Amino acid sequence: MASTTVPSRQHGSSAPSRRRRQAGRPHRNLALDHARDLRILRSPLAKAGAVLLALVYLAAPANLTDVTLFALSYAGVYAIGAIGLNLLIGFTGQVSLGHATFFGVGAYSAAYFGVQRELPLLAYLAIATGLGLLLGLVIGPFALRLRGQYLAVVTIGLVFLGGHIFSNWESVTGGGSGAPVAGADLSVGPLDLGELELGGQIYTREQSLFWLVWALVALTALVAKNITRTRPGRAMQAVRDRDLSAEVIGVQLARYKVGAFAVAGAMAALAGALYGILQGFVNADEFGGSVGLFLSITFVAMIIVGGVGTVFGSILGAVLVEYGDTFIRENNDLALLDPIIIASAGDSGVVSSGEFNGIVFGLLIVGFLLVEPRGLAALWLRLKAYFTSWPFSY
Amino acid sequence: MTGRAVNTATLAAIDGNDVLETFVSGIAVGCKYALVALGFVIIFKATGVINFAQASFVLVGAYLTYNVSQTWGANFYVALLAAMAAGFVLGVVLEELLLRRLIGEAPFTMIMLTIGILYVIDNVVTAVWGPDNLNLGDPWGIRTVEGGGLTVAVRDLWTMGLTAAVLAAFFLFFRYSKLGLAMRATALDQEVALAQGISARSVFMVSWGIAGAVAALAGATLAAGNVALQPGVGLIALVAFPAMILGGLESPLGAVVGGLIIGLVQQFTSLLAPEYFDWVGPSFEQVSPYLVMVVILLVRPYGLFGTKEVRRV
Repeated sequence: MASTTVPSRQHGSSAPSRRRRQAGRPHRNLALDHARDLRILRSPLAKAGAVLLALVYLAAPANLTDVTLFALSYAGVYAIGAIGLNLLIGFTGQVSLGHATFFGVGAYSAAYFGVQRELPLLAYLAIATGLGLLLGLVIGPFALRLRGQYLAVVTIGLVFLGGHIFSNWESVTGGGSGAPVAGADLSVGPLDLGELELGGQIYTREQSLFWLVWALVALTALVAKNITRTRPGRAMQAVRDRDLSAEVIGVQLARYKVGAFAVAGAMAALAGALYGILQGFVNADEFGGSVGLFLSITFVAMIIVGGVGTVFGSILGAVLVEYGDTFIRENNDLALLDPIIIASAGDSGVVSSGEFNGIVFGLLIVGFLLVEPRGLAALWLRLKAYFTSWPFSY
Repeated sequence: MTGRAVNTATLAAIDGNDVLETFVSGIAVGCKYALVALGFVIIFKATGVINFAQASFVLVGAYLTYNVSQTWGANFYVALLAAMAAGFVLGVVLEELLLRRLIGEAPFTMIMLTIGILYVIDNVVTAVWGPDNLNLGDPWGIRTVEGGGLTVAVRDLWTMGLTAAVLAAFFLFFRYSKLGLAMRATALDQEVALAQGISARSVFMVSWGIAGAVAALAGATLAAGNVALQPGVGLIALVAFPAMILGGLESPLGAVVGGLIIGLVQQFTSLLAPEYFDWVGPSFEQVSPYLVMVVILLVRPYGLFGTKEVRRV
């Protein structure tokens, strides 16, 4: 394929002719055909980067404290949800503020099928994902009838209705007193993630859950990447840019709008199930009402900060927003933060750490929208473009 | 079995007077939603943005009223006017500093920008005035008047009166004032309005200002009563969403009608749900507005009084 168009190396024996051929040889990163253009890892550097990431993933649990690992696992959970939401908002252009409901469905599925029905880990994760998919198929058709801001407000309604069901369907959700997830099965095949033993080494729950969550982040990212770089992805982006035009050129609106809701819902529900496992308990008011709305908004903030319309941006945003929140709460005595935050009664400062977090959260959203609407991902892409096109500016 | 017996016993308890009282309180609650929804509508009509920060305008208005009347000791009505003026300035400044830069962006961007503003303002308000319940110091208090077998709170009467006054003022403003006509023209077609010499810039500024002022008024009516001012007051704007959507995003009359419908639905749900449809669970009145909104939107996707958008490729 590509090699047939590149002059073969063996003819370049003498120095002057090699120079001439080198001048005519395309750059190694230049995609010469469509299949190569669609590759996820196009350059040797990208491949090396992927290997490095995999090594970091394998080595992290042995080198980080359990507290940090736990915070990173939470960030991973939000990353899975954010990837799904990015498919829906960033690629298909359907604004949803109802992501918390899907997340909640996943968390309660883990509680119900994991604890009450005592199903194995992979089974209840799969059921949670499937239920999220089904709910997405039910909610998706609203996007066919309603557009833009009307859709956004209706999905807010979903959060309130969902929250009401969560706190009243007592036989499944435990009603107002919540539902435990702690007793659920945690084994993948012969490996029990609750008390993992590998090669004589015993790993803590935090360490093995880090591996589980981030493996699923990688899987979700791969699924999302494969959707976006192929035909459905192009159709979704056409719908986002102008749905009427997309329909005219033959994109089936119903299929892709509803499909995007279903996939986003499935990913959010998977994230919710993992959230339930990490937390060990599902609280009744976490996913409904104004708390649920805040959760939905947090997901949207993650994709704004990370980068609307990029898969890896969703992960960056989730890690920054979620880990940043934890960081501020746990380090409010830092030299920079101490004069601002009131950590305890009588401490000097202007605002409490919760208020400070809220203000930073709001400023992050406003700042990124005004200054860098394409998010952190754009910074990385710009840096990459600078080096690949060097010494030219573009 | 015993459940049924209890039901028939309590069924008899709902008489005509209960229904009438629920009706009046529904109207009163609805007027509060309507005031908040009017703020949403005026911004949407001019700029096409749903302003989530309206909730924080409501909060700022209520706390400023408190600050001027209680801390500085001014007359309550003077304080209310001062808060409305401050709300006007706040709206204009935000539009000028932030919203202006993103005009023409996708609805998603605008929604999130206003949500970001909401978080900043809400938390600043909590940081300044604290999380405790405060007494707004309104002259209405918890007094009630009785007439024809009905008991109505004075502050509810004031809310109804103020809503009617604001709606009338909007009507006159949009119909007869030059600026109001300019705003309608801009809402109809920005480019054509520009060609007629209307400054879209000042129209946007003024509409944000008016929304800020109306929000301050709404905030004061929401926080009125006995020690009812606290940071959660802004959350009522969330319930005003169904009201605004129901009426159609660009119709002031729709906002009021939507607000009244939502208020009535809410009050009648809390009256009737325990008796007739117990299975929906407790405090269903908090979600019934959303249910009504979803159903009405499915039938009429642009609300009751909204204009259908004509789409071209």
